[in-house]
Amino acid sequence: MESFTLSKIATNNGHGEDSPYFDGWKAYDNDPFHLDENPNGVIQMGLAENQLCLDLIEDWITRNPSASICTPEGVDKFKETANFQDYHGLPEFRNAIANFMGKVRGSTVKFDPARVVMAGGATGAAETIAFCLANSGDAFLIPTPYYPAFDRDFGWRTGVQLLPVHCYSSNKFKITRAALEAAYQEAQDANINVKGVLITNPSNPLGRILDGETLCSLVSFINEKNIHLVCDEIYAATVFDKPNFVSISEVIESNNTLVQHCNKNLIHVLYSLSKDMGLPGFRVGIIYSYNDAVVSCARKMSSYGLVSTQTQHLIASMLSDNEFIDKFIKESSRRLSRRYEVFTNGLGEVGIGCLKSNGGLFFWMDLRQLLKEPTVEAEMALWRVVINEVKLNISPGSSFHCSEPGWFRVCFANMDDATMNVALERIQSFCIRRFEAEKPAKRNIIGGRTLG
Amino acid sequence: MKFLSRKATCNSHGQDSSYFLGWQEYEKNAYDEITNPSGIIQMGLAENQLSFDLLESWMANNPDAAGFKRNGQSIFRELALFQDYHGLPEFKNALVQFMSQIRGNKVTFDPSKLVLTAGATSASETLIFCLANPGEAFLLPTPYYPGFDRDLKWRTEVEIVPIHCSSSNNFIVTKSALEDAYQRAHKRNLKVKGVVITNPSNPLGTTSTRQELDLLLDFVQDKNIHLISDEIYSGTHFNSSPNKFISVAQVLKDRNLDDNSELSKRVHILYSLSKDLGLPGFRVGALYSNDDTVVSAATKMSSFGLISSQTQYLLSCMLSDQKFTTHYIVENQKRLKNRYDIIVSGLRNAGIGVLPSDAGLFCYVDMRHLLSSNTFEAEMELWKKILYQVKLNISPGAACHCTEPGWFRVCFANMSEDTLSLALQRIKDFVDSTKRGDETRGASGSSRYSSRSVMSLTKKWVLRLSSNGHEPER
Repeated sequence: MESFTLSKIATNNGHGEDSPYFDGWKAYDNDPFHLDENPNGVIQMGLAENQLCLDLIEDWITRNPSASICTPEGVDKFKETANFQDYHGLPEFRNAIANFMGKVRGSTVKFDPARVVMAGGATGAAETIAFCLANSGDAFLIPTPYYPAFDRDFGWRTGVQLLPVHCYSSNKFKITRAALEAAYQEAQDANINVKGVLITNPSNPLGRILDGETLCSLVSFINEKNIHLVCDEIYAATVFDKPNFVSISEVIESNNTLVQHCNKNLIHVLYSLSKDMGLPGFRVGIIYSYNDAVVSCARKMSSYGLVSTQTQHLIASMLSDNEFIDKFIKESSRRLSRRYEVFTNGLGEVGIGCLKSNGGLFFWMDLRQLLKEPTVEAEMALWRVVINEVKLNISPGSSFHCSEPGWFRVCFANMDDATMNVALERIQSFCIRRFEAEKPAKRNIIGGRTLG
Repeated sequence: MKFLSRKATCNSHGQDSSYFLGWQEYEKNAYDEITNPSGIIQMGLAENQLSFDLLESWMANNPDAAGFKRNGQSIFRELALFQDYHGLPEFKNALVQFMSQIRGNKVTFDPSKLVLTAGATSASETLIFCLANPGEAFLLPTPYYPGFDRDLKWRTEVEIVPIHCSSSNNFIVTKSALEDAYQRAHKRNLKVKGVVITNPSNPLGTTSTRQELDLLLDFVQDKNIHLISDEIYSGTHFNSSPNKFISVAQVLKDRNLDDNSELSKRVHILYSLSKDLGLPGFRVGALYSNDDTVVSAATKMSSFGLISSQTQYLLSCMLSDQKFTTHYIVENQKRLKNRYDIIVSGLRNAGIGVLPSDAGLFCYVDMRHLLSSNTFEAEMELWKKILYQVKLNISPGAACHCTEPGWFRVCFANMSEDTLSLALQRIKDFVDSTKRGDETRGASGSSRYSSRSVMSLTKKWVLRLSSNGHEPER
């Protein structure tokens, strides 16, 4: 009886929290690792947080007390800031965000502050763009594997569906034109109205950037079908190795013949400071659209999730400090690169491969050879062993809608060095034990080579 | 653009045309004591600017809160990473304590039933998403906050059916008005999911009587629907009698109902710090419910608009300082009362009455006797004269869906006392000159604003998408 008085949305499972992606978190919450107090606890490797450079930010804040509106140095701004609720945001905030976005992309493209729209974190940005572009029942195509919470962000309250574009390890999960066309056709056959394509670049969970050719192919595809392209570039500054990151903005502003006639009204970028700067608590989500009507609509919708002006003010100061940003971006890449190498080399030593990647806060680990059979059930069985016996919360590929069982996303930037060493040692010991338990003949001879 | 959603291309964001124009004109010609003394005075903005000094002095005495420190230790990292949608526990604890203090400690709130959201705008929308499906409806007493047309309806696709209230009984909600609204919804084939009241009221500034609250509770119980009480102005009640503001939470408690009763689970409260503390920029909103399913769903939905952890922490320190909050609540109320007295006597001096009220950041002013006819066209005409000739931006009742022309909401807490006095002087001068039958022709000239041109301008504004960034003001 109760459920009749509430909405369908409130009582369905559209929030997606019953998926295994969240189960691992629960295991961690019940028994969290602590180097001294709980050395046998579960190590959290399912949380894509960037904890490596918070010291740099904290140091900057200490040296810049006027960036806070509560310190004696900054309190003269308190009243006007606390009172300001204009959904255009503080002008200095928009300018600083546009500036930072440009720098993160190696200054290959300039961003217009007038197109910077706030949202309640990246989560709010994704939902808002869906509300702007699609009606309930419409669909977006999305390459697999993808961030599990997109199902909630894009679809829970909006009624929008996400339809997979299947990608495979045989070509390093590249998004092919054929796969896009197939997904589009399948939707047409089922009478589903496709409104656009949603990509994440750099990819979560793969950690790879899209190459220029793929980006051009995507632009040409959406332009031909007259549908939207939403690019979530939340991991843009986490790229730590060549090749350099190429953003969609750079592509559409280039002179490449494939994209020259692209209708810019179809291009939208999602961004946030949660990963690049490691500030998820501050809820800085951004929508950047080349479509004026979308900017206008998203801006009105931003009323549902504006960034606290206290935070806008702080971020505006920090991201206008070009010397700081340049140093930060460089140092962050260096620290991420080091972590990536330690883990992937360490895994290579025991015969475990990863998809070669150059960005993100995680790597995509290949445990296919440890599966009893190439099925999702076997993947989940292996995952439960890793959670319960090895005590690592890593994320199974199936929770990312991966089309091939046996892949796992492992986060590496959300712990200190000591914890990292414990985690690596645990994976190594586990893999050695598993290999020894199997007959030598069955052992995959790929060995420690990384794929791609 | 057919490429976009229906929501993007319709006008259901409901940004009212008169606010829009009033804002624009104000921005073009904003009053400034020194640089533009004959500019337009903003009286359409329900902001509380009276007590910032109290907040600023608290911060001067509490540097830890500003510096991401707890007991002298840095907690920057913890806050930077904190994105748990359950909210910072110390903030929720402090907030429920503050809510209780505002209600004279007659009721207590359980922090586990409180859901934090990025502002009241987000709280309202989230609650509606939890309670109603597209096409269902809520009943709202008129006049009501224009922003509800956006917050409750736009993305949720829910309908609002007005409960007509009249000045003949000071706009109090009656049983027959409730039943009438319910029937009208039924005739339109709309399933009614609940009633939404704002207590204290925007735009009236009045507080609901106990009888009204009892009536509403009986009504929702009888119809098996929800009651949402937006208590965003609860801390602005300034009547010295402590019993004057009665929260619906108190009435439930007085019925000896426990929190698990069917009725208790149907009553939900909205709150925010935008008005009581004057911090709209910080985006602090909340919804409170005894229904576990609502709390659970709303908590997950709050992911779309969480409060910055930096702000949660600052305010948790401030609101747990009970010595400060006690002093703040009392002093803030004193200052609001003072402003209310000034504006009421100033208007009386000009022969203009107000609806008696004891809360809010505004009063509801009766200018029916100044209308050329008892019509909304005449109200619009008068509003424009006040905007262009008297140079005051106030809010016409039509914008709040008032059923009687001639009422205006006038804010009094968003300017200095001198500015308020000047505004009152201007009104007096205007009324005197009208009495003399001699319309003042200001720089704009009233001849530009004939009824016909007013109506066609109105149509244009209604069709135009707003490009203005300002919230329809609460």
